[in-house]
Amino acid sequence: MLHITTLHYLVLGAALFLLGVIGVLTRRNVVIVLMSIELILNAVNLNLVAFSRYWQGIHGPTALHGQVFAIFVITDAAAEAAVGLGILIAFFRNKETVNVDEVNLLKW
Amino acid sequence: MNPAGMIPAGTNPPVATPFFFYLLAAIMVIGGVMVITRKNAVHSAMALITTLLAQAALYLMLYAPFVAGVQIILYAGGIMVLFLFVIMLISVERAEKERQFNKQWPVGIVAAAALGGLFIAVYTTTTKGRALFPEGRMTYGETQNTQQIAALLFDRTAGQYMFAFEIASLLLLVAIIGAVVMAKKRI
Amino acid sequence: MHALMQYIQSYLDSDKTPGGAGNIFWATVYILLVFAGLSVAVIAMNWLERKILAHMQVRLGPMRVGPHGLLQPIADAIKLLLKEDIIPAEADAVVFWIAPFIVVLAAFTVFVVVPFGPTHAITDMNIGILFMLGVSSLSVLGIVTAGWASNSHYPLIGALRSSAQMVSYEVAMGLAVVSVILMTSLNDQSTGTLSMIGIVQAQLAQQEWFIFKFFPLGLIGFGIFAIAMVAETNRAPFDLPEAESELTAGFHTEYSGFRWSLFFLAEYSAMIAVSSIAVTLWLGGWLRPFPNLLVAPPWDLVFSLFPAITFLLLAAMCFYNTARMPKHPLFKVQTIGLAGFGVVLGLIGLILFLPAVRLRVNDIFWFSAKVAGFMYLYIWYRGTFPRYRFDQLMKVGWKVLLPTGLALLVLTAFVGMRTELWAELQGVWRR
Repeated sequence: MLHITTLHYLVLGAALFLLGVIGVLTRRNVVIVLMSIELILNAVNLNLVAFSRYWQGIHGPTALHGQVFAIFVITDAAAEAAVGLGILIAFFRNKETVNVDEVNLLKW
Repeated sequence: MNPAGMIPAGTNPPVATPFFFYLLAAIMVIGGVMVITRKNAVHSAMALITTLLAQAALYLMLYAPFVAGVQIILYAGGIMVLFLFVIMLISVERAEKERQFNKQWPVGIVAAAALGGLFIAVYTTTTKGRALFPEGRMTYGETQNTQQIAALLFDRTAGQYMFAFEIASLLLLVAIIGAVVMAKKRI
Repeated sequence: MHALMQYIQSYLDSDKTPGGAGNIFWATVYILLVFAGLSVAVIAMNWLERKILAHMQVRLGPMRVGPHGLLQPIADAIKLLLKEDIIPAEADAVVFWIAPFIVVLAAFTVFVVVPFGPTHAITDMNIGILFMLGVSSLSVLGIVTAGWASNSHYPLIGALRSSAQMVSYEVAMGLAVVSVILMTSLNDQSTGTLSMIGIVQAQLAQQEWFIFKFFPLGLIGFGIFAIAMVAETNRAPFDLPEAESELTAGFHTEYSGFRWSLFFLAEYSAMIAVSSIAVTLWLGGWLRPFPNLLVAPPWDLVFSLFPAITFLLLAAMCFYNTARMPKHPLFKVQTIGLAGFGVVLGLIGLILFLPAVRLRVNDIFWFSAKVAGFMYLYIWYRGTFPRYRFDQLMKVGWKVLLPTGLALLVLTAFVGMRTELWAELQGVWRR
């Protein structure tokens, strides 16, 4: 328990991922759903960086592929958050609500 | 003091490391729980900021200072400011008094529990007597981290991610145009 | 006792910062020293601002509280601590309480990597300048939540304007900083560095302060950063969000007493922090003037006497003003106080003549002197320039500074790589 191994980071990442998934599946407020998606992406990043440290031990100090991948994921998360919030603003201007289950204009 | 920045395998890790890992892990998990349970969206955003900053500290513990710096600048200092602005633009007071969890929340909990079971099953298996995720044998210091990431991205002979870098910049351009068009009053 | 002296001596002889050496005790000592130094600097800034602004406006400023108003900041601090703590009725109490905390946290954490000397920093991170820019951008969050939690019109508009302004000028700051990082890579291995101590050492190795490099590119970069840093800290002439005639007091309208003093502390600390960035990146950090040209021992001795002479000059000014005090019995306490202050400054100056102290303090003195110059510039701007209107402010940030920063970046890259580019072009021509 006292020696921190890769598994510790993976379990922490899995816990955050589960919290994000619960947030996406159960909340009604769109902003909180988007924030849960950010939690999911962060959990994935934690896994990537933990594995990059493990890989460094095997393949030498320049094997930083996990960290580069994590940087790209952060970039993507920024782009996706911007577009998602833009969609939210556009929808809020039309219907005056922020609840996901009231987005039902196409329902027959 | 580490010779050449390497921590040899088999030595005792510094005493502070487990303490800080568990402290940061607790902060992250508590922050995550607060994100998904608060009624007030501003409180959720503050809890998410705390989680992101604790994650940056964990990146520092994983000898990834550049990713930690990028996390602080982009995530905590950029994306969360964007979230807070949007939360202020849309009215939160009415949303606080409505029902917070949607009608199919039991299904959501069951799905998450199934996923959790899958994680536990994977993390506790061993393959041929060796754990699936053994620990790294050596960790290198952080003195050249930024330069090595730059070598992976930009070096002519050793770099592999130049194309991905250019595609990411194109993606950001598309996202900027998309966000501006979506949020305009009259297109 | 001997072991203690040996421990202190072994630390003073090392060539790494406490963080780099993994030494928790000395790192804590440095953190406490930086904290104390910042507090003294903020108190001094408060007094200096009021006096210098007053003298620029042909009046005297505070004169009553201590001799020449020297105890005015302490009186202000006591007043702020004793004021009633008011929270607006409908305000969100938790967020209202957290907001000044976030701003102070962001403003103080930045000082972990500020280099007062080659080993006089709390630590030297590999990502020094990136860390400073990132953590100082966290103060935007504190301002936005402060305006939101106050539940009132003026703070909300002030907070939104202030955060929009800070975010806009952060981009220009980042571009100017990147152009300097390009300049640090002009060494044998062609590797630049983001570490603050590494940037100053690159200036030492290239024998040129980066403000003069590739003239006028370094100067333009410095100009962009100097303008952007004033806008970043919400100081005049970019202080529309907190101007009294415009928005009552902007995002800190509803904050009273101790909470307001936290915002005030954070604002001055942020000013000192961004000035430290400017000094480290462009003005050679802790290097004395001409560190490579005038190297012979007489020059070293002359330059190392500067700290002591500065303090003795200040003490002389104190004694001169003591002689000019009115000869009235009511002024007796103030005269004695001013003379005592002069004696203290003189003693510090005399201590700084000792060789052992002189050598260690040299770097810290030159760094602090340059940062103090920037503080004077801040006060000078406040006394001179009229305020920018908000749309003019955003226009300058996005339409003037950003294109200039981009052009500067590309030009710096071209000029820095001109030999390699020329060799490439010749190779292509020959084929």
